[in-house]
This record gives sequence, C-alpha cells and structure tokens, in this order.
Amino acid sequence: MSEPVTMPDDDEPLLIADGLSKNYGRLAACRDVSFSLHPGEVLAIVGESGSGKSTLLQLLSAQLAPSAGRVSYRMRDGVLRDLASLGEAERRFLFRTDWGYVHQDPAQGLRMAVSAGANVGERLMAIGWNHYGRIRDTATTWLERVEIDIGRIDDAPKTYSGGMRQRLQIARNLVTAPRLVFMDEPTGGLDVSVQARLLDLMRNLVSELNLAAIVVTHDLAVARLLSHRVMVMKGGRVIETGLTDQVLDDPREPYTQLLVSSILPP
Amino acid sequence: MTAMIEISNAAKTFIMHLQGGVELPVVSNVSFHVEPGECVVLSGPSGAGKSSILKMIFGNYRCDTGRIDIRHQGKVIDLASAEPRQVLSVRRASVGYVSQFLRAVPRVATIDVVAEPLVANGTPRAEARDKAKALLRRLNIPERLWALPPSTFSGGEQQRVNIARGFVSDLPILLLDEPTASLDAANRAVVVELIGEKKRRGVAMVAIVHDDEIRHLIADRIVDVTSFAAAA
Repeated sequence: MSEPVTMPDDDEPLLIADGLSKNYGRLAACRDVSFSLHPGEVLAIVGESGSGKSTLLQLLSAQLAPSAGRVSYRMRDGVLRDLASLGEAERRFLFRTDWGYVHQDPAQGLRMAVSAGANVGERLMAIGWNHYGRIRDTATTWLERVEIDIGRIDDAPKTYSGGMRQRLQIARNLVTAPRLVFMDEPTGGLDVSVQARLLDLMRNLVSELNLAAIVVTHDLAVARLLSHRVMVMKGGRVIETGLTDQVLDDPREPYTQLLVSSILPP
Repeated sequence: MTAMIEISNAAKTFIMHLQGGVELPVVSNVSFHVEPGECVVLSGPSGAGKSSILKMIFGNYRCDTGRIDIRHQGKVIDLASAEPRQVLSVRRASVGYVSQFLRAVPRVATIDVVAEPLVANGTPRAEARDKAKALLRRLNIPERLWALPPSTFSGGEQQRVNIARGFVSDLPILLLDEPTASLDAANRAVVVELIGEKKRRGVAMVAIVHDDEIRHLIADRIVDVTSFAAAA
C-alpha cells in the first residue's frame, strides 16, 4: 500500500468546519459541511465539476463568506478562532505566513513578469525579511527543493514550462513555513509525466514539513497518493468520507462507486 | 485480552449500486484470534473471502458488523469502529501488510520504497536504508537495482521488494497475502526463514498461502474460511 507517510498523533484540531453552507440565490453550492483537520493531516475533496468542492475550498480559506456555519482555526498561540471574527492583522498573518494557497493555474499564484527568485523572496519580504543576501539564499534553497535549476533563478516564470511554474508556486507558498496549505487541482493542467514528479515532490514536502493540506481534485489518483482522508462531494453535499484507501477500495455510496469504477486502468 | 488480534462476529457484504444494488455477501460471523508469536493461516478456496478478511484486519475494508480488536500501544482498539486517524496510527505502529502486488509511487527508488515504513516511524533515513539494504540483499535483489524505481521490475522482483517493505519494520502484527506466490524455491525459503524470525520475536501473523509445503512450514494454526461463508 502506498498511503502517504507520517501523520503524527496530535489531538488538537487545526481547523474545524461546522455546518458550512453557501447559497447563491436559490442555488445551494455547499450544504452543511462539517469536519475537523489535524496538524499534518492531508484531506482530499473529490467530486466532479459543479459538486461544490471549489466553493468549499474558498469558504475554508476565508475567501468567501458562508451563508451559514463557521470555520475555526487554531492560531499559533493555540487559541481556536472563528475566521469571521479575525482582525485585519490576523487575517494578513494567515494569508502571508501560516497558510499557503496553490492555484490550479500558476499564473494566478505567481507574478509572471518578475524573476523566480523575487517570486519566492516576496513572501519573505511581506513578513519583514529585509536582508537581500538571506532572502536570496533562502529562495535558492527553495528552488533546489522543488527541483528548479538555480541557473534559472533570475528568469521570470513566464519563460518556465507548466510543471516548473507549478513547482515555483509551491516554493513560493512553502517558504514562510505555513502550517496549512490549500490546493486547488494542483496537477490539473499538467502532462501525466510532469504530474507524477509533482505529486512525488508534494508528497515528500508535506510529510517532511508536517503540513496539513486540503486538496481539491477530481483525480482519484491524486487523492490516493497525497491524502490520508477523503471527502466525496456531490450536489454541494459531502456524501461519503473516510480513510482514503477505504473509500477508494471499498466505496459505499452509489456515486462513489461510479467515480471509482470510471477510472480507466493504466 | 492477551491476543494481538481478536475478531468477533465480523461480517462484510458488498452492495453493488451500479449493478442494480446486487448484494454480494463475502463473509459473516468471522471470529478468531491470533496470539503473539503465532502464525495463523487462512485456508479455503479462491473467492472464499480470505483476502477480504486480511483487508478488514488492516482497516482497508469496512466491516458491516462485528469487532476487529487490535492490540495497539498497550491498548485495545476496535478497527471496525475506529476513526481514520486511529487506523493510520495502528498501521504506523502496529499492523503491517504485505499485499499481493506492489503499489509504489512512480520515481521512488527501490531502497526508499523499502525504507519508507521505518522513516515514517521516525527512524533516521541512513539507518532505515541500511536495514532496507540488508533485506534486499537477503531476498536476492541485485544491488544495481536498488536505486531504480521498482515499476519496471519482473513480477517476482516486485514481490520481493514488497516483502522487504513489509518485513523491514518491527511491527507486532503482520498480514501476509500470498507472500510466496511468484517466487522461486530459494526465495521461498528466505521468506519462510523471515517468518520464523518474526515469530521468535513475538510477532503475530495472519497469512494466506496456497502452497501446501509453505503452509506446513509456517502455520501454527489453520483457520478455515469456508466456515465464514456468508450465504447463511
């Protein structure tokens, strides 16, 4: 079995979603979703287009206000806080430091016209780093960690391939040592060979850094490789949830059985 | 309980929603236990539910009813009702599983595939690799293959990598699904030896083996799975 490695026993949840719902007029994009996520735990949210998984990710990452319910997050001081009640400074801290957000399209998460080094260094400067040499050294280390040739550090990501851009986006997110990373179809637009490399890289980083992650994907292979737990969404609801290999090897719900049986064997 | 595994009245039925909700009973009233240092072999014809029982003990298949009690870090935990996080903790520290087929991540070197369960448990990478090397050597995997991902290996080689990965850690419970199926006589003998060593260290094992000779060599007790046939 190749389930993801290492998940420490940590009894205090990092994030708690409680009765989250989002309506757009009469359309319920997300209905009554509750779960908790622990430090170092990777949760995959799977489902087809329109199932509500992207809406849920936006609710969880405070980019969208819920119509009902709440998201609580354990700040670094150990206190659990309702995201809706955070002050501006606390929100900024989350977005700039304690959280990462990996977009499907790297162009949304990167500044395409500035150098790769600056893309990584910018997150450090935003949290007060001001020593050029240290910033550059750290950026270099991170480019190496995501397997980008450091000879390309001064090139802008618009000159990079899709796979390199995605790896750069990951470096930019992880440089501030976040505790939670949101990923929206992180391997979505990539070739299969590039996907495998990226997945392997993400899997190692997540376990080495003890990151918690919430990964939205329609690709069950991504869920199997990266996540400890999976939530299957349909019509805005979570219809099945559990240990990833349990849900994928022994699916119970008709829709989950359909998803699993629709995978073509390699 | 003194047993490492104690299964009581476990049952499993698949409901195939895509085939009009057909119910496929697999096993019911599964009850047996495994003591430390004991190897229990499941017997029964193909399709009797042997692999399903192993998967239930690993928490990979869910049970409809019954209990799967596992001794885990000095406590007893019922895997049939455990939270995902608890199941993962049990797999990390207590229950290992050697599946019939190796399912490895592309791009990861054989040596790291084998060392991974130790690294996941906090063993330093260098030490984990040393243990992995020793096992790969014993299982006759040529050293020139260690740095390569196992996906291109022959069936027998993959199976041996899989066995090395399963035997590398010191977990107190091991589940073995046909560990010798595609091996030659010399490698089968190595596996029998490895199982003997685990027994002497008090490891509780549940195995599926079709080869009568191997079964005779490793089994302390045989549990006939046909008695759990779910048709009843």
